[in-house]
Amino acid sequence: MSADNLLQPSEGGLYCRAGGFWIDPLRPVERSIVTHAHADHARGGSGEVHTAREGLAILGQRVGDSDRHAGHDWGEPFVLGDTRVTLHPAGHILGSAWVRIESEQGTWGVSGDFKRAPDPTCRPFEPADVDVWVTECTFGLPVYRWPEPAEVVQDILEWWDGCRAEGRPAVLFCYALGKAQRVLAELAHRTADDGRRAWLHGAMLPLVRIYREAGIAMLPTTPVSEARRGQSFAGELVVAPPSAAGSTWMRRFPNHSAGFVSGWMKIRGNRRRRGYDRGFVMSDHADWPALVDTVEDMRARRVITIHGSGEALAGYLSSRGLDAGSWNLRATLARDGS
Amino acid sequence: MKRFVALFEALDRTTSTNRKIEALAGYFREVPPVDGAWAVWFLTGQRLKRLVGSRELRAWTAQASGLPDWLVESSYQHVGDLAETMTLLAPEPGHEADLPPLHELVEQRIRPLAGLDEEARRNRVLEDWAHIGGTARFLYNKLITGALRVGVSRRLVTRALAEVAGVDTGILAHRLMGDWQPTPERFEALISGEADEDRDPSVPYPFFLASPLEEGPETLGDAAAWHAEWKWDGIRAQLIVREGELHLWSRGEERMNGRFPEVEQSATSLPDGVVVDGELMAWRDGEPLPFSVLQRRIGRRKPGPKTLAAAPVSFLAFDLLEHDGNDLREAPLDDRLARLDAVLGDAGERILRPPAVAFEAWSELPALRASSRERGVEGLMLKRRGSPYRVGRRRGDWWKWKVEPYTFDGVLLYAQPGHGRRSNLFTDYTFAVHAGDELVPVAKAYSGLTQAEIEELDRWIRAHTRERFGPVRSVEPVQVFELAFEGISRSKRHKSGVALRFPRIHRWRRDLTVADADRIEDLERLLAGMQAGEEP
Repeated sequence: MSADNLLQPSEGGLYCRAGGFWIDPLRPVERSIVTHAHADHARGGSGEVHTAREGLAILGQRVGDSDRHAGHDWGEPFVLGDTRVTLHPAGHILGSAWVRIESEQGTWGVSGDFKRAPDPTCRPFEPADVDVWVTECTFGLPVYRWPEPAEVVQDILEWWDGCRAEGRPAVLFCYALGKAQRVLAELAHRTADDGRRAWLHGAMLPLVRIYREAGIAMLPTTPVSEARRGQSFAGELVVAPPSAAGSTWMRRFPNHSAGFVSGWMKIRGNRRRRGYDRGFVMSDHADWPALVDTVEDMRARRVITIHGSGEALAGYLSSRGLDAGSWNLRATLARDGS
Repeated sequence: MKRFVALFEALDRTTSTNRKIEALAGYFREVPPVDGAWAVWFLTGQRLKRLVGSRELRAWTAQASGLPDWLVESSYQHVGDLAETMTLLAPEPGHEADLPPLHELVEQRIRPLAGLDEEARRNRVLEDWAHIGGTARFLYNKLITGALRVGVSRRLVTRALAEVAGVDTGILAHRLMGDWQPTPERFEALISGEADEDRDPSVPYPFFLASPLEEGPETLGDAAAWHAEWKWDGIRAQLIVREGELHLWSRGEERMNGRFPEVEQSATSLPDGVVVDGELMAWRDGEPLPFSVLQRRIGRRKPGPKTLAAAPVSFLAFDLLEHDGNDLREAPLDDRLARLDAVLGDAGERILRPPAVAFEAWSELPALRASSRERGVEGLMLKRRGSPYRVGRRRGDWWKWKVEPYTFDGVLLYAQPGHGRRSNLFTDYTFAVHAGDELVPVAKAYSGLTQAEIEELDRWIRAHTRERFGPVRSVEPVQVFELAFEGISRSKRHKSGVALRFPRIHRWRRDLTVADADRIEDLERLLAGMQAGEEP
């Protein structure tokens, strides 16, 4: 890491000396930019927090402190220290941003988490030129190539129909923020007006409400906690976070079929080890081709990979003649013993 | 092949045994026998051998995907299954071609790979990848790389076939024994509802397997109803004399004719129409020899006089399954044993009938079991006197009560990912003990931890890796585990000079530090105590 780097790993995130801020720090800092509200990017306790206006409600729900959160419009630059910062849609979840920083040390882009596949719950990723592209790399191996979301939604629907025909509950596990709403929105498009509903695990409720308030059309939902005594869930779709799998909460759904919606389901061993009947490959992250293509779209001359299998992507880009390296953000936490 | 793909998907999409059997039975009912035969063959764990090398396949995957070799390698290490890695990396075909029937694919495309030179082999496989996509390609890759392990046990296949045939699973298991070949005739005979009249005389009976006794024997009730014998540490085998011919089968259904000539010689005086169940043991002067001696005979198809003299083998008979050509398996154990004694009267000296372990009360057994090590046995077998000879591992009538294993405390030194279900977790570990100032590896172990412990250890390994050698990582020597094992012998192949038998993890000893781990001298003391045989 040379001294003229605009950013450097720090506090589990990235520190910008020229701007006097951190991006997605995992420990409280004086001033931060938060790309989105997932727990590996957003933590409470920081002094001043800049984020996309569209993401304010979710961030407030997840980390509190909303009086210290400043919302910014897409593409509207703001000045922090000696830098000019702009937030652009990252296409990951509602209100998720990538950060473009202009400075005397060049223009840097920090991806946060992003995807390029269509998603009815958020704006698509918006590329812009940068000199250095700091990219997430959660699925940074060429085995990760996503199928078309439309095909996957069709598979989910067919699985649910199969469960309806057999009178079994269809329990669909997905992350509570982003994936659940995306699936519910996709299903709403497919099942328009046939009266279908989904049951929701309690952890999903506040986030689904925020998405509805933002005007996202989703399948009608009812909290499982409001089911009457002896309610049968045969043939019903139940949406729950992965943490509910194997819990006593699942006893309400005897003879259920369990599905999991995640990019990790691309690998058979992942699904079988966790004991899901069905894995649906749908991710809110970029797959390998999208990671590689985005580097090109950003016209970056240098690439730094963070989060995930960064070494493979950096090595691959290097072999194609780019200046590419990998940074380990977590190590900045381990070093001083937390 | 389309049906087979649909079957695989149905099996892969459920964790319920009943649903799997339902899917299998549905498939066997509909499938043309030419294809069904191959499906049974693969699903019961058979495979086509030596078709293509793993190195070649990885090179071709790089070629097909346009990725550098090292990235194919990293992907393989991440996925953990070569067939799946190849499926995910090679580009999907532009249009889905019609899939050939399973037998055609196997007989005309896959099996001939073995006879081709490398370039022709590569062209053939790349051509097939260009036409076959998705799940079908995954199965194709599984078939060319070896075993098709798809979450279905042989037992499940047997149950499904029995359901289709409308016969007892025992009969079906028997039909699957021996040199089962994937021909349409064999498949039709397999699912036939008719009695088995003209059976191949070489076919063994399915073995009855004992279950481990987890509590004390007194939980089994009246001691007088039970027969006890020593549990021998050899190779379980069936000796068959039918129509003037002798056949010797291992429990793994491997025909062992010619490998144990001294046993065959002694069997020539047995009457025709008998099947004897027993154990092949290395044996000299009325005493058992350690398993490591028998190991010298395993894999020797035609042992020479030197090997025969250094590692003599006997057959220890303990059950009679057929007498005068009649299936005896339904007769009570006591009757079978009485007949066994009569049948063996004229057998030669390499066929032995070890006496029962006499006891009157359960209270006598613990002391006898404790003497197992000095007798060179693994423990006791307890068999219900009135019980029939059952099929497979059925609990209730046969129990094995093994002696407590040896244990030592070892330090985790290396880890590598497992395969299949455990493909992206570090589950294969190497453990070391102190030797002078260094740690020397003494055992590899794959099992013994809970899923939660495996996952915790996996995270620890990732965070504490020192060096990487391909898929293997060396880790900081910090974690101590108690390992159990069944035996120890000298070995020139291992740096430590010792080889352990059946090592597995007993407990994670979080309470111990590296300094508390055992020393090589502790293991050597055991070795001296056991007077184990030298490895050649």
